[in-house]
Amino acid sequence: MNYKKIMFAAFAVMLAIGVGSANAGDKLRIGVEGAYPPFSWKEPDGTLKGFDIDIAMMLCAKMDVECELVEQDWDGIIPALLAKKYDAIVASMSITAERKKRVDFTNKYYNTPARFIAANGSGIEVSASGLAGKRVGVQRGTVHQCWVEKAYPDAELVLYGTQEDVFADLASGRIDAQISDSLQGLEGFLNTDAGNGYGFVGGDQDDLECMGEGAGVAVRKGSEDLVQAFNNAIQAIRADGSYEALSMKYFGTDIYGAGS
Amino acid sequence: MAAESETPIGDWLVLVSENYSPLDFMLVADNFDRFLWGAVVTLELTFLSLLIGGVLSIPMALARAYRHPIWNGPVWCYTYFFRGTPLLVQTYLLYFGLGQFEAVRESFLWGPILSNAWWCALIAFTLNTAAYTTEFLRGAIVTTPFGEVEAAKASGMSPATMVRRIVLPSAFRRALPAYSNEVIFMLHGSVIASTITLQDIMGVGRWLNGRYYLAFEGFVTAMIMYMILVFAITRGFKLWETHWLGHLRARTETLAKPAVKAAALPGASDFR
Repeated sequence: MNYKKIMFAAFAVMLAIGVGSANAGDKLRIGVEGAYPPFSWKEPDGTLKGFDIDIAMMLCAKMDVECELVEQDWDGIIPALLAKKYDAIVASMSITAERKKRVDFTNKYYNTPARFIAANGSGIEVSASGLAGKRVGVQRGTVHQCWVEKAYPDAELVLYGTQEDVFADLASGRIDAQISDSLQGLEGFLNTDAGNGYGFVGGDQDDLECMGEGAGVAVRKGSEDLVQAFNNAIQAIRADGSYEALSMKYFGTDIYGAGS
Repeated sequence: MAAESETPIGDWLVLVSENYSPLDFMLVADNFDRFLWGAVVTLELTFLSLLIGGVLSIPMALARAYRHPIWNGPVWCYTYFFRGTPLLVQTYLLYFGLGQFEAVRESFLWGPILSNAWWCALIAFTLNTAAYTTEFLRGAIVTTPFGEVEAAKASGMSPATMVRRIVLPSAFRRALPAYSNEVIFMLHGSVIASTITLQDIMGVGRWLNGRYYLAFEGFVTAMIMYMILVFAITRGFKLWETHWLGHLRARTETLAKPAVKAAALPGASDFR
């Protein structure tokens, strides 16, 4: 049974951390997205790369379990976790109250604010009236969808399956603005050729209800042992400096955010 | 999350829906107006593309059936291409593909039409259904009974009159059962609109699933709505077929009886 497998993996994880000597006999399957650069993307040869991928691998190494990455489209990523296609999600998923109804989260492993991006000189003002009637693109099923629906109800919300499609339509002018994670917007769009002539508009968009408390690892409800193992591993890579080194490599800054 | 209700039965429904039912159907009920708007988009796209595609297919089918020296070749290429590639690919090419080109984005077509997902979907669906309709209409024209053509010629009809009065009406009748399949395929194919940001029935289902992190609710609701639409379409075609193809049904009445009655009708004397 799958459940037994997970319990076994979790048990092995506990042993690995607690005793520091055991090695795991079974693979822990981790759901990732692969269409959210620089956090996760797919190389032409099909291998997965990115900050989320590297973090997942580092956490697995710390937990001393063998991990297997499972690719999954964003809008089905929680249902697939519940359907036991994998055991944990490491995909820049923000920890929000709405998601906590379906899954459990570890502590955050990074926290960066969301910001709007629009064409330079578009004159778009980030306010309820400034965005009224404007076409705003977001990825379906993200905290940004929640936030635009809540804070800018008069904006015309345009939903996409992947963040890459949002950027494609922003570049072709089909939408007036888009909102996504600021770092992701910077590295995934503004610093690329397609992002020429575009820039951030408005300040950091922050809201505990919609945006949550940062990105964490999601697991099925009731997987307390797995949560504990991940939390210990996150703490361990924070403590030994490997997290900071990885963050510096990708972003030139430590993206963990405030708090411990 | 779900509706506040004032009746005990309503409370009970909310309780069951949120805690015991595998599907949170109150959530669907709360957002049902969105699904109805989605149905409007689905029906608009399906029937407008069928209408325009159907009108386009008539001259193309004639060109193919009568092997028009200039148009037969191009129309064959067109139907071969659009029937030989998936509708999803055609829609993506039109929506994401064309948007990549600076020249397209600068052209006068971009602002009103090609920048708009609804128009992209309509164009792709129309071209697709026109290709399929052309080919089976061509088949129906080619199989026109020779007697009908001969009779038309014998009564001195010009080729154009013959096509208009005899060949096309007869071909439409023979193509009608096959056409109901095309209508249903088009309705099913219209879910592709949801992949290019449109909020059709499927798009709303995906929105609901994405908004509340569900796996089934949105899709099950969409499925039921599509089933209802398909049921209505098949019933509609049944009625249409009895109306148009009634004369082809096996007769159950004798001829003598109505003839006697007809003689008693006022106005019957006009036919003396």
